[in-house]
Amino acid sequence: MIAFLAQTLRIAMPYLFASAGGVVSERAGLIGLTLEGYMLIAAFCAALGSYFGGNPWLGVLAGIGGGAAAGLLYGLCCIRYRANQVVVGIAINLFAIGITRFLLRLTFGSSSNSPRLPGFIESGTGFSALARNPLVWLGVLALPLVGWMLYRTPFGLRMRAVGEHPAAALSVGVPVHRIRWLAVALSGALAGLGGAYLALDQHQFTDQMTAGRGFIALAATIFGRWDPVRVALACLLFAAAETLQIQLQGAQLVPSQFVEMIPYLLTIIALAGVVARAVPPAALGKVNE
Amino acid sequence: MIRLTSIEKSFGPVRANRGASLDVADGEIHALVGENGAGKSTLMRILSGMFQPDAGRIEVNDRDVTGWHTADAIAAGVGMVHQHFMLVPTLTVTENVTLGAEITRNGQLDRGKAQREVQALVDRTGLVVPVQQRVADLTVGEAQRVEILKTLYRGARVLILDEPTAVLSPPEVKELWRVLRRLRDEGGTIVLITHKLDEVMAISDTITVMRQGETVGRLQTAATSPGEIAKLMVGRDVSLAGSAKRDAGSATTSSSALPAPRSPLPGLEVRDLRVASSRVANVVDGISFSVARGEILGIAGVEGNGQTELIEAIAGLRRVSNGSVLLAGRDVTRATVLERGDLGLSHIPEDRHERGLVLEYTVADNLILGQQQHFTRRAALDSGRIAAHARELIKTYDVRPSDPALPARALSGGNQQKIVIAREMGGARDFRVLLAAQPTRGVDVGAIEFIHAQLREARAAGKAILLVSADLTEVLALSDRIAVMYGGRIVAMVDGATASAEKLGPYMTGAAAA
Amino acid sequence: MKRLKLEEAILPPVVALLVALLVGDVLILSFGQSPAAVYRQLLEGTWGNAYGFGQVLYKATTLTFTGLSVALALRAGLFNIGAESQLAAGGFAAAIVGLALPVGLPALLVLPLYVLAAGLAGAVVGGIPGLLKARFGAHEVITTIMLNFIVLALLNYLISTRFKVHDTLHTAEIKSGALPRLSDFAAPFHGSAANTVLVLALFVAAASWWFLFRTRAGFELRAVGLQPPAAENAGVNVPGTWWRAMALAGMIAGIGGLNYVLGYKHYYEEGFSAGAGFLGIAVALVGRSHPVGVVIAAVLFATLSQGGLAVNALVPKQMVDVLQAVVIISMATAVPEVRRVLREAGSAKREARTAWPPPRSPLPASRFPQ
Repeated sequence: MIAFLAQTLRIAMPYLFASAGGVVSERAGLIGLTLEGYMLIAAFCAALGSYFGGNPWLGVLAGIGGGAAAGLLYGLCCIRYRANQVVVGIAINLFAIGITRFLLRLTFGSSSNSPRLPGFIESGTGFSALARNPLVWLGVLALPLVGWMLYRTPFGLRMRAVGEHPAAALSVGVPVHRIRWLAVALSGALAGLGGAYLALDQHQFTDQMTAGRGFIALAATIFGRWDPVRVALACLLFAAAETLQIQLQGAQLVPSQFVEMIPYLLTIIALAGVVARAVPPAALGKVNE
Repeated sequence: MIRLTSIEKSFGPVRANRGASLDVADGEIHALVGENGAGKSTLMRILSGMFQPDAGRIEVNDRDVTGWHTADAIAAGVGMVHQHFMLVPTLTVTENVTLGAEITRNGQLDRGKAQREVQALVDRTGLVVPVQQRVADLTVGEAQRVEILKTLYRGARVLILDEPTAVLSPPEVKELWRVLRRLRDEGGTIVLITHKLDEVMAISDTITVMRQGETVGRLQTAATSPGEIAKLMVGRDVSLAGSAKRDAGSATTSSSALPAPRSPLPGLEVRDLRVASSRVANVVDGISFSVARGEILGIAGVEGNGQTELIEAIAGLRRVSNGSVLLAGRDVTRATVLERGDLGLSHIPEDRHERGLVLEYTVADNLILGQQQHFTRRAALDSGRIAAHARELIKTYDVRPSDPALPARALSGGNQQKIVIAREMGGARDFRVLLAAQPTRGVDVGAIEFIHAQLREARAAGKAILLVSADLTEVLALSDRIAVMYGGRIVAMVDGATASAEKLGPYMTGAAAA
Repeated sequence: MKRLKLEEAILPPVVALLVALLVGDVLILSFGQSPAAVYRQLLEGTWGNAYGFGQVLYKATTLTFTGLSVALALRAGLFNIGAESQLAAGGFAAAIVGLALPVGLPALLVLPLYVLAAGLAGAVVGGIPGLLKARFGAHEVITTIMLNFIVLALLNYLISTRFKVHDTLHTAEIKSGALPRLSDFAAPFHGSAANTVLVLALFVAAASWWFLFRTRAGFELRAVGLQPPAAENAGVNVPGTWWRAMALAGMIAGIGGLNYVLGYKHYYEEGFSAGAGFLGIAVALVGRSHPVGVVIAAVLFATLSQGGLAVNALVPKQMVDVLQAVVIISMATAVPEVRRVLREAGSAKREARTAWPPPRSPLPASRFPQ
């Protein structure tokens, strides 16, 4: 049981970080399709930082920087140039795959993976190992901190207003554009932490290592109805299902592919509103004043 | 206290304010009245800093503040409550009021203190709202109070309200008056933009009347009457047009100007119609009328009294909550747009950019919108017939430029409207009933005459025409009978020959109810 | 006015390609190579020899299908991100049908069956998000993305548990109706995957053009995409149009699966779609959602893809992935920006003509006779 919980937490880490970024971005009105790209770019940057710096903390910083930079690119296209967020979002994900592969060849001369990098935990997978990984503590705190920011600070209140009714915010002097820029940068940084966690936890960067985690994080954001507490629970739920499937692999109760589908199915159901329909922030995807 | 002098403001070729002025003293309730398009909202948005004037001067408390922006105005205590609320629905009343000027402690929101302060403001002003409730759950009257609270919270001493009663019920209106009087008695100044004369008489101390972008009169409420105000609002010319209706501004003196003998056969009939909108349950509140063949029934009234929803319901674009619509005797209340079209209903929508045209489509394509099934041969569109159809209509209706392959976006407003009219009146549909909503809005004078002539010809040919227009002159010039709509109801039905602006004005502005 | 529209249509792709060229230069230089040499090798490896050209044609075929799929949905105002799974589902359905058919039937006889199966499978995968949007208002971007994962997982399950040939990730070879490769007609194409499904692609492109611009249904669909309230006023059922457009888009992408399954390997293989669904988005954008543009853009992107392989010795082929993404980003950014710049420049001329303020804005609504 303990092992089960530990593994769930370990799997949930990237989701927790990335969905925190998703909540921030979407609450401010910017669609979070880019989480996958942020994570991948950040994972590579973290690999660079950790490998060449010899220190995982440098990797963390590089990951945050890479993720935030990707977020700012998204912001540039969509806030400054008013490009369509869906198209740019998908393009950034494709860009992330391409550029990380390219740079992987350029820097390490490999098409598949980087050399081994220093991480936080050299061995062990139980709770004691997790507790020694500072990123795990950060990850557990990510969504609660975002929640605190959203509901307890003036900045968070303004951000929520910007994502729901930007004209109203503008009419009382709230700097709408500046808040959107901050949101994408923060979103990129948070998702970047998720990417950094992945690379450092696996002690290397592998091609396309995020493997759709960014989309699961987006699914968690939507399924959790953009509320940090619910989103955190969604992340844990999805991670638990994955853990269950791994541990029961031998028993073949439910095929792994169906377990894989769970987050996506739940999101579709949430959007169709069989139970309480998930209503996104009203100004999501629209940047037009 | 507040003085605007010779304000000029244009939006492109449209001159919204031409030498408008306003003089408001401290501690009074000042009504700014005029018809739609008179320039009242524009002038007040200039005062509140949302727009900057092209020319003229603004003085507040003897200080020249010409060209200031919203933030400056708010800081100086001038706040505006807009017609379309600027409230975030998912946030609470307290959060909406304090947004941008939040109360904090150690960097965090101090919710308790914010709530207490907003509650204190509520108690002090009598603007009762549940401060912890989400704005989305409030009634319209409560939401408006939150808008007022927003300005007061930022220290507004001058409150500008733009058509505040447009969305309120009578008891809520009375409530609003109570609040405004209280604010005035405490030393505040209020400017009320309105077109409703019963309200002006009930609440204001002073009145400024605007017409066509300029100020035409300044009156003391106690010393004037609704009739005098209405006359200033609508203009001296109108009484001429009212009595010599048949040549009102129009050079057409052909026989089509005489009304054709009306057929006893029903064209359009509406019975006890009730329609809901997203904000108001009975925006059309139990309306019944009929339009005979060979008749033009004009609906006069200021916009926002349910005319839009009425037309949409008859056209099949909006659901009816009660009552029925009959076309040539057949009940079409549940029929689709296409079915109504096949039964002979044509519709000139009030917003041609929104509903009337697909601007990216060519003129030829726009000319078959709603009738494309008649140009189809085995699933394919017959481009030859469409082109011939377009050439014919362009010639008959004198659409310029005459190239049918141009995108509709390239044409002027008047020519765009001609496309809509050509399609609805001269197209492939042999129509029996025509809904004409604001048919000459934004159209140049030459095209107006043409359109009016088309309507008269259709009447002579035995069509039933329902005309809705915010332009009273147009309604008076064209209609055989005139119904006045106010508050979702028909408050008057008069014979077109004897109607005049003076007679109708009171009904249009609700003064008859005062 | 026509000139303005042409400029608006052509400038963004040109800008996007220039930006891509610039980025390409940077990437090439970072590997210590000369851009001129690399570009020349790219062209030689694609259009310079028959094998390369054949590969370009092969890839362009799939991209034509996915590009048309996305383009059609865009014309209805919808985003079809699900082309990837629609493509895979179509290919899978065709492979299964192929397994069920008796051996040796002539291709022309069974081709309609394959097309039907692939199209139906794709239509279902496309239609589900369409229905969700029509009935519940669920945004098709998210639902198509989610469904991508679901369908691909489902296909993976079916392959690995039931249909795969031992030790591989593909189904057994189909028994009848395999289509010939181009190399069967023209020897220089030897070794390339180009096949006669290419003809089908061109046919579908022509049919799409005819549908969009010559039929009543296409007329109504485009109206829904451009101005839904006007379409509604013209009697069109807007939600109905949405889900039918998605189903149609899915169908076209599904048929694209035949390129691999019928024309190339003659079986379904896991992962055969290889990102063609997402590239289809780029193709639709650069091709401005017009069937002719889509075909041209498909050839362009296929050239890039194949070119990447051709220059792999000099510069990693992943450079092409980057360039393709850069093209999408530049396109998406250039379209609104070009429009804004061009319209501002031409606005002085047109102000007098189109300045009509709609009633619900702060601008005055009616005019007054003098």
